[in-house]
Amino acid sequence: MIPLIKISAAALAAAALTGCATGLAKNSGTEIPAPAAASANVEKTGHITTVGDVHEYRLANGLKILIKEDHRAPIVVSQIWYKTGASYESNGTTGVAHVLEHMMFKGTKTLGPNEFSRIIAANGGRENAFTGQDYTAYFQQLEKSRLPISFGLEADRMANLNLRAEDFAKEVKVVMEERRMRTEDKPRSLTYEHFAATAFVNSPYHHPIIGWMNDLENMNVDDMRNWYKNWYAPNNAILVVAGDVDAKEVFELAKKTYGKVKPRPIPTVKPQVEFEQKGIKRIVVKAPAQVPYMIMGYKVPVVATAKTDWEPYALEMLASILDAGESSRFAKELVRGQQIATSVGAGYDIYARLDDLLIFDGTPAKGKTVEELENAIRAQIKKIKTEQVSQAELDRIKAQVVASKVYEKDSVFYQAMQIGTLATVGLDWQLMDQFVERLRAVTPEQVQAVAKKYLIDDHLTVAVLDPQSAPVAANGGHSHAH
Amino acid sequence: MPINSKSLNLNMKNNTLFSRLLTGGILLFAALTGATVSANPDIEHWRTTNGVRVYFVPAPELPIVDIRIIFNAGAARDEDNPGQAILTNGLLAEGAGGLSADQLAEQFESIGARFGNSTQRDMAILSLRTLAEKKVFDSAVGTLTTILTQPDFPKTAFERERRRLLTTLKRNKQSPGKLADEAFFNAVYAKHPYHNQPTGTEAGINGLNTAKLKAFYDKYYVGRNAVLAIVGDLSRADAGKLAETLMGKLPEGEPAGNLPPVEALAEGKEIRINHPSAQTHILVGQPGMKRGDPDYFALYVGNHILGGSGLVARLSNEIREKRGLAYSSYSYFVPMQQNGPYTIGLQTKNESADEALKVLRETIGTFIKEGPTAEELDASKKNITGGFPLRISSNKKIIDYIGMIGFYQLPMDYLDTFNERVQAVTLEDIKKAFQKRIHLDRMITVMVGGNVNPVSKK
Repeated sequence: MIPLIKISAAALAAAALTGCATGLAKNSGTEIPAPAAASANVEKTGHITTVGDVHEYRLANGLKILIKEDHRAPIVVSQIWYKTGASYESNGTTGVAHVLEHMMFKGTKTLGPNEFSRIIAANGGRENAFTGQDYTAYFQQLEKSRLPISFGLEADRMANLNLRAEDFAKEVKVVMEERRMRTEDKPRSLTYEHFAATAFVNSPYHHPIIGWMNDLENMNVDDMRNWYKNWYAPNNAILVVAGDVDAKEVFELAKKTYGKVKPRPIPTVKPQVEFEQKGIKRIVVKAPAQVPYMIMGYKVPVVATAKTDWEPYALEMLASILDAGESSRFAKELVRGQQIATSVGAGYDIYARLDDLLIFDGTPAKGKTVEELENAIRAQIKKIKTEQVSQAELDRIKAQVVASKVYEKDSVFYQAMQIGTLATVGLDWQLMDQFVERLRAVTPEQVQAVAKKYLIDDHLTVAVLDPQSAPVAANGGHSHAH
Repeated sequence: MPINSKSLNLNMKNNTLFSRLLTGGILLFAALTGATVSANPDIEHWRTTNGVRVYFVPAPELPIVDIRIIFNAGAARDEDNPGQAILTNGLLAEGAGGLSADQLAEQFESIGARFGNSTQRDMAILSLRTLAEKKVFDSAVGTLTTILTQPDFPKTAFERERRRLLTTLKRNKQSPGKLADEAFFNAVYAKHPYHNQPTGTEAGINGLNTAKLKAFYDKYYVGRNAVLAIVGDLSRADAGKLAETLMGKLPEGEPAGNLPPVEALAEGKEIRINHPSAQTHILVGQPGMKRGDPDYFALYVGNHILGGSGLVARLSNEIREKRGLAYSSYSYFVPMQQNGPYTIGLQTKNESADEALKVLRETIGTFIKEGPTAEELDASKKNITGGFPLRISSNKKIIDYIGMIGFYQLPMDYLDTFNERVQAVTLEDIKKAFQKRIHLDRMITVMVGGNVNPVSKK
């Protein structure tokens, strides 16, 4: 079942709409200029705008800074997001964005391998990084007085990374182990990988974030150097800070650290728009497994690509009607009512950078087949096309989304994640504030309209996991010499 | 949804957010240990008239209330029917007070309330997050009360949930990690109620019926066997009313008896299971410690150095940083009512399994023999104590802690004294505690993968 977080990932907690007690943040001494005055002042102050408790600044070197004040606990989260990720990669070097993310911990001109992590640890911090199709991000969570340590270290590795062949040789092995763990030995992940590679042909969403094994095997340290040189620059990054901080002070600190990094020209990103699919695609993935599984996905637009601005929100609503909690249609009708599915979900990433998929996936109930599950899902889609959804259902989704927006405020990290996700794919971060309103505005007719327009067979890809019984039973069979 | 579409690991359930490092061990540990901050949550504690132990922290900053009910009714109480505890807990929301699962779900979700349940070896948990606004709050609490006090255990829902659980068991057999965990517990807890997975066994599940679940519920879902944790935007007086409204209709009953102590392992044993996977999952370990254990702090800080602090821990340094053998290598204690496991693990390509096991054993052996260095101890203390504001920075994290403190009846000043007790640990304490408690020659070793000798041997 898709967690509701999938919906609420959109909803940043900044609006007064929720009636939240944190409400508007302290103004921290920063003037909130009128839009016209803003541009004139940017040169001097770096300040772009303030909306609610989120402050936007920009450094002279192009680094965008978004600061969300939240004074509940004496902590701070700092995230640096680079506008690059797996969907910026080319054939032959897939996975390079993620391997470089690993290499970012291997030292700089002044720090040895892993020293970054040791310094953060000694300061009571937690840190890590993640790579997506559309971004690569690094973060630290610290007691608030330690923020300068994070800025100093991150600014250093933005400019001075030391990429050594011997470190790379070991680290790429670690990534291959990661790939085995996450994909090779997980039948459902493996099925998803084949599914995405079938659904997308010329879109870079074709290849997996972690990269094809063969590309990893043939990667070298020069691939690392090229990637780093191309994308790691302040004018291609966004700094997001959330927590018990003063926005003006954070900006001043950023000026002293990140501000010293020189901007560089960034390569032009080709559009790579997926061509129109001309008919249903079906694949079977045979893998050692015990339980069958299926995924089906339809090509759909997202906020960043939609020509009609309400459509992504109607698609989001559609996905939620089918799968947002135990009272949605999939749980009620397919798991409990008809008992066709052991589990079944719907997923849609409304803030992807490129055209994407609306996905349905599930495991058939004992005694049912993947075909029966597919038919049952299709019947649910047909019902949405032919019968208007009820107001009660829409209201229930809206209630969940409104509540989620309040719940999100309990996690400073999550709030920073939302800001970074939007800003990195080139969307205005203020769209997050509009999410609830836009979703509330969706009508039953609009849900029906996007179902009819996008959920069509010619744009559908279906992948089925065909479990192959293990060649060797536990505690029996082959014996291998060591 | 099991698939990760746009981000490595961001959408994966039951996993961490982090892609660079699989921090399962660390996060698990962090969730189970306590820490204190200068402004510790002010925990209020009382009992309801029917004996429920209540732990409350007011948090007026957000208009939210979190509620967690914990019964001493986890899988360790399964006895002859492994699966009994999880199915009993799981059935509560499948029909109660004459309302169907559909109706109960609609009641929660139409007001944005989130209900959840889970069953571990020690605990059976019900949780609720709701907006604090009175009308919404009253409605959510009303539904939760119905689920808690008037479950119907409908036969059709039971049959369905039983089949779903059997599918889960089957699916677990395709995961080398899950197979290893199961074999590990079976061996470490050969004769102890911690033996089985909380998901039960096929035979156990097939031997159940609704009458047995009802009997389990009647025995264990009682006031004196319950802890109620509340964090949120309500007053002490309202929390008192909430506790009586929610829990008051449960009979007083009896607390569950003590679980038997865990016997130490008499000898080491290696279990090798062949599985068609690219990697071999290796788990090494033994019974560890319980909550409130006198050696808790020495073992906790020591393990932080050995394998509990991610990439800067010794294990990760030896296995991953120096040799590139695994994405994740870790060690952790899970302190429970009785000695929970001490687990050390990694996963590596089949061809490297023996080499990785050798390095793992050498690293543990050296640590037990020599203990940590002064620099390591200093670094770990700085990390643990310097980082504790992060551990109680949200309502969610605070309810994790007070639920744990309440269930295991830890001292009420547990959070207040945590940092000083960490600071007090010496090199000698760690060395002594590890040498006394952790025995490399008497550990269980489990290997599941595609290149292991399938013969089970000592």
